[in-house]
Amino acid sequence: MKPRAFDYVRPDTVAEAVDILAEYGDDARIMAGGQSLMAILNLRMAEPKVIVDIGGHTAFKGIKVANGFLEVGASVTQNELMNWPDLAKTSPLLAKALPWVGHFQTRNRGTVCGSLSHADPSSEIPLSLATLGGEVVLRSKRGERVVAAEEFQTGMLSTSREPDEMMVAARFPIAANLKRAAFREVARRHGDFAILALAAVAETDTSVRLGIGGLADRPVATRIDASSKSAIADALGTLAWELEGSDDIHATARYRRDLLRRMGPIVIEEAISCAA
Amino acid sequence: MRRVAKDTKARVTLTLNGKKTTGEAESRTLLTDFLRHEIGMTGTHVGCEHGVCGCCTVLIDGVAARACLTLAQAADGRSVETVESLTGLDGKLNPLQEALRDHHALQCGFCTPGILMSFTDFLKRVPDPTVEQVKDVLGGHICRCTGYQGLIDAMMDGAKRLRS
Repeated sequence: MKPRAFDYVRPDTVAEAVDILAEYGDDARIMAGGQSLMAILNLRMAEPKVIVDIGGHTAFKGIKVANGFLEVGASVTQNELMNWPDLAKTSPLLAKALPWVGHFQTRNRGTVCGSLSHADPSSEIPLSLATLGGEVVLRSKRGERVVAAEEFQTGMLSTSREPDEMMVAARFPIAANLKRAAFREVARRHGDFAILALAAVAETDTSVRLGIGGLADRPVATRIDASSKSAIADALGTLAWELEGSDDIHATARYRRDLLRRMGPIVIEEAISCAA
Repeated sequence: MRRVAKDTKARVTLTLNGKKTTGEAESRTLLTDFLRHEIGMTGTHVGCEHGVCGCCTVLIDGVAARACLTLAQAADGRSVETVESLTGLDGKLNPLQEALRDHHALQCGFCTPGILMSFTDFLKRVPDPTVEQVKDVLGGHICRCTGYQGLIDAMMDGAKRLRS
């Protein structure tokens, strides 16, 4: 289908972009790569009055390492980050997660921050940010604030971003104890939405951060006692019931819980066995 | 700041297959529709219109992208290459197209333009791909005729022809 009519605006500066958001609030939507938003517009699942296009804007192009974070600007595409030469060394989890995001063709335009803003509960980038305990930088005419991943994504396709705010950057922690990482997901075909996605980071040989996507209405990250096989199995069993999951056209909640119990130990083991 | 009010048209100028091209588009006009209806270049096909099937894939600033997920207004000032750019003025197929024909990698041809453009980008970056890499890129396209094996063979062979 075709999108409903809207005003199209391409700002030249960040100040112009936040001015428009201040004026239109909820009626405006930021578009960077458009790989989620354009599909939603074409399907008429969203009908904003104004599209603010920041795609390819040089003001948001940076990838940099600062203050213990890998900071990714709002118009950096998924493939730009994936092909960044230092990625595997700086953030092994992102290096392992990004190839699962969409397809080669959509990663060419889809942005890292766009995926976070879209906040799909089964998406790989929000899951990685949650697992690493990262944060996002939101800017409005009122100023700038930093929001932790766990407070940012509030549910299915919803975030704590205020209507006049735009995400200008995402910050992925890169501490030394976050380097032993593993990522796996199950989907009907590569590039489809994950039925279940798991990210694991071994902080020590017996303590692992596990991120779960596709089960709850948002990615959930938790610390797991990995001192024994039975401790891992107990923790995953409890988590599966707590997060519950839901049925949809791709899989039942029960199947998703079962995947967590079976795939969890594999991903945790894989993270622990990574060289430090 | 570029501003196009709804239901109005604005001039879009892009470098299309190396040639400066201008047309008019509404704010909501998709690049697919702009290419086909405004410019009259119908090589870019329209399938699902939500980025899944891949048949509208073109190169935007040199990288493969879905034209159906791109607004014509957003393409203003950029370079766009479509399947029409692959064949020479004499009608001679390029090595990738020839490989497709030789391996019977198409029947109805609906998905073909998108697949050609994806691999035009990909093989520039990875001239000597593995079968796994070819399958990964092909995963961004849906072909209902061939069963994909012919396409995999054609892209592996096409890569070889482009290298030599």
